[in-house]
Amino acid sequence: MLYREAGQFKASYKEDQQIFPIRQDRVGMAVILAIFFLAVPMFASEYWLQAILIPVLIFSLAAIGLNILTGYAGQLSLGSAAFMAVGAFGAYNFMLRIDGMPFIVALILGGLCSALVGVAFGLPSLRIKGFYLAVATLAAQFFIVWALVKFPWFSNHSSSGVISAQEVNILGFAFDTPVLKYLLTLAVVVVLALLAKNLVRSTTGRRWMAVRDMDVAAEVIGIRPMRAKLSAFAVSSFYCGVAGALYAYTYLGTVEPEGFNLDLSFKILFMIIIGGVGSILGSFLGAAFIVLLPIFLNVFMHSVFAGSLPAGLGSNLELIVFGGLIIFFLIVEPHGLARLWTLAKDKLRLWPFPH
Amino acid sequence: MGFFFEVLIGGLLSGVLYALVALGFVLIYKASGVFNFAQGAMVFFAALTFVGFQALLPGWTGLEEGSVMVFWLAFILALASMIVLGILTEKVVLRPLVNQPQITLFMATIGLSFLVEGIAQAIWGANVRALDLGIADEPIGWILDSADMIVSSFDVFAAALAGILVAALALFFQYTKVGRALRAVADDHQAALSIGIPLQHIWAIVWGVAGFVALVAGLIWGARSGVQFALTFTALKALPVLILGGFTSVPGAIVGGLIIGASEKLAEVYIGPFVGGGIEGWFPYMLALFFLLVRPEGLFGEKHIDRV
Amino acid sequence: MMNDMAQDATAEGGRRIGEVILDLQHISLSFGGVNALTDISFDVREHEIRSIIGPNGAGKSSMLNVMNGVYHPQKGNILFRGEPRQKMDPHTAAAQGIARTFQNIALFKGMTVLDNIMTGRNLKMKCNLLEHALFWGKAQREEIEHRKKVEDVIDFLEIQSIRKTPVGRLPYGLQKRVELGRALAAEPTLLLLDEPMAGMNVEEKQDMCRFILDVNDQFGTTIVLIEHDMGVVMDISDRVVVLDYGKKIGDGPPDEVKNNADVIAAYLGTSH
Repeated sequence: MLYREAGQFKASYKEDQQIFPIRQDRVGMAVILAIFFLAVPMFASEYWLQAILIPVLIFSLAAIGLNILTGYAGQLSLGSAAFMAVGAFGAYNFMLRIDGMPFIVALILGGLCSALVGVAFGLPSLRIKGFYLAVATLAAQFFIVWALVKFPWFSNHSSSGVISAQEVNILGFAFDTPVLKYLLTLAVVVVLALLAKNLVRSTTGRRWMAVRDMDVAAEVIGIRPMRAKLSAFAVSSFYCGVAGALYAYTYLGTVEPEGFNLDLSFKILFMIIIGGVGSILGSFLGAAFIVLLPIFLNVFMHSVFAGSLPAGLGSNLELIVFGGLIIFFLIVEPHGLARLWTLAKDKLRLWPFPH
Repeated sequence: MGFFFEVLIGGLLSGVLYALVALGFVLIYKASGVFNFAQGAMVFFAALTFVGFQALLPGWTGLEEGSVMVFWLAFILALASMIVLGILTEKVVLRPLVNQPQITLFMATIGLSFLVEGIAQAIWGANVRALDLGIADEPIGWILDSADMIVSSFDVFAAALAGILVAALALFFQYTKVGRALRAVADDHQAALSIGIPLQHIWAIVWGVAGFVALVAGLIWGARSGVQFALTFTALKALPVLILGGFTSVPGAIVGGLIIGASEKLAEVYIGPFVGGGIEGWFPYMLALFFLLVRPEGLFGEKHIDRV
Repeated sequence: MMNDMAQDATAEGGRRIGEVILDLQHISLSFGGVNALTDISFDVREHEIRSIIGPNGAGKSSMLNVMNGVYHPQKGNILFRGEPRQKMDPHTAAAQGIARTFQNIALFKGMTVLDNIMTGRNLKMKCNLLEHALFWGKAQREEIEHRKKVEDVIDFLEIQSIRKTPVGRLPYGLQKRVELGRALAAEPTLLLLDEPMAGMNVEEKQDMCRFILDVNDQFGTTIVLIEHDMGVVMDISDRVVVLDYGKKIGDGPPDEVKNNADVIAAYLGTSH
């Protein structure tokens, strides 16, 4: 009843091609945005903002990046964290070396650096597919982190490559409190998520999906696989790069190359598997799930063992639960949480009269 | 020149270990078309289980600590655990994913590697454990005297063991009924099924053999550098080995392992100093990447013709 | 779509067969020593329906793959509109106006019918990635303009009701129809159809025949058709080429081919 599109007739293709063609979705989206932009800053505690909301938003962005590459263009990558690192160190150096560099511009430039590196490491995708490519992206993961540690220029000669993010200042206004950092992150993520949604429903997105689903047929109808794949690598790395820069500037403040390790890449991969491969919404759901799960496990373990937690059990349990969930989702619901949401919507269309 | 050969031989010997892990990948890939990312985790699991049993057995049975009896009992128990793990993996993880895209199976084995690592450490603890196979790790005297090169007796032992294992496997697959069946399965599942080859059976055997290979690799590796989580990262180097050697080729895994082992050590020694060192961590992957651009099917892999 | 070309539809039978559009000369193709095609020559004229028939493994699909650049023959020349063409990729063929369907359906399984057919128009979409990201102004206008053309194709093929269904969920016959739609959306001058009626029931075959004839008739599209159903081939083709074991054993109008001794031998298996 509440979620029924009957009676909403589209009189033009323009109406049918809106980003959210169903009225309830538009209203829902507006409500969600209002909550996150207005209500959350008023009521959320500092802990919630800093330890949960900001990282969830940043990881959502990285997950969108990986989803563009893996979910839409079908190219598996195990190097997302390294591309985040490029974005973070790129933005840092633009801020450091150019006087009066506006933060937003540095953010975009950091993302563009990442896009360039992404294209370079995406070149092998023209010849190789599937897990061959996954192995190739491991080269990016290990090489980039190594390069950032070994060449002190990147971190302005700090020891072991640690960088401290400069103060974020936009048009003379300092973003120095958790609430302001949260709002900045939210704004960037919302804008980029909408752009990503547009991309995947346009010709660019159709080209990516065509290459993913059947590359020979795609070529036969005139899609250049090279261009489609490399553009996916570029956009994906751009998103990961911006996420990395935010990771440094609005989340941690201080980052080192080793922080962007293979483990983080796997985490981002897990986000899209659990959230939904090939879904922008799923990227958000997956990121929230993966950020919240360890926190939940921690609380759970402490209540069970009441302070006498065996050493290391927590982190092992995390490994087991993550691993188990990945297998579970791939077997039971390969389209992830996003698919569950679609199913719920289908139910809602009929509710409360299911016949 | 002596130094060059010293580095080369050291590299080749560590390459043997990569080859052993890669061998496990190749076996599984041939039999079930699955790229088992968890092979490295399984090496870790095997070594940890062996060390764990070795420590527990004297208390359980009253056998003398460090005795030959304890070694073999622990070996058998660890092997049994690996076989159980392999069969469980096949039944619980891979069977439900039959006919899914390869990339899905690959991601499932990434999940599996987390699961296996977590379980291994939850059972046996996360401490670094020493593993003693009773083989001295010291320079072989006559080589040191005659050629002035340091070649570890342990490395030579490991290489010999790996060589024997590979030869035995090759014979097994070439000349036994199971081996023939496996090659049939590798070629075409449907066709193999249709002539009455029990697929489940073959898979169980292959996972068992892969578990055995993982155990041997884990023991040698653990004895070299202690049984620790870092093993799983080192085992990742089996991936570039596979790219060089091709996913379906046993000799490819061996040659690839040797090339990777030797080239990463040589690169570290001769190129490393110019760029700050530590290039061993990524060099094999970069080498594999460039290799892919030239010869995507690997050294020994079959050239694939796309049919439309 | 393609109104300009429809004007050519004159003369007897409603159509006028034009100049040679594609000329294949002495084509030989082999895979690692196995000869798929041996010294095959034939041409395709504008606006005609040209069928390729032959037993399984005769090299029919390989022939199509040579035509649109998926395979590169080791020997022989291909002239398209009189221009000799060297090594070229399928993308260039598509840009020159060659579209095709596949023997085993090659749709994009994860996408809807609408998106699949829209993808067929991708060569005509000129906006860049940034414009797509904004989806505003030019990009939006372009999307709407092409959506109209795609809806024409959807109407033509009578698949309005499934336009938002993911193709993976459709029955076989409809998938074949969608694949034809994707090829038509490119407004090709030369359409290569690889067994468009394989596995269909009589009714579906009739529909498909009608679509093929209509495309040929209304839009003047040149069609190269591989088909096993002899009834259909003899009915709708202007000329038929017969392949067996990678060699050409017959070429000509349906009636002539039907009575060719070599062709009969190839099909009935008699020795000659």
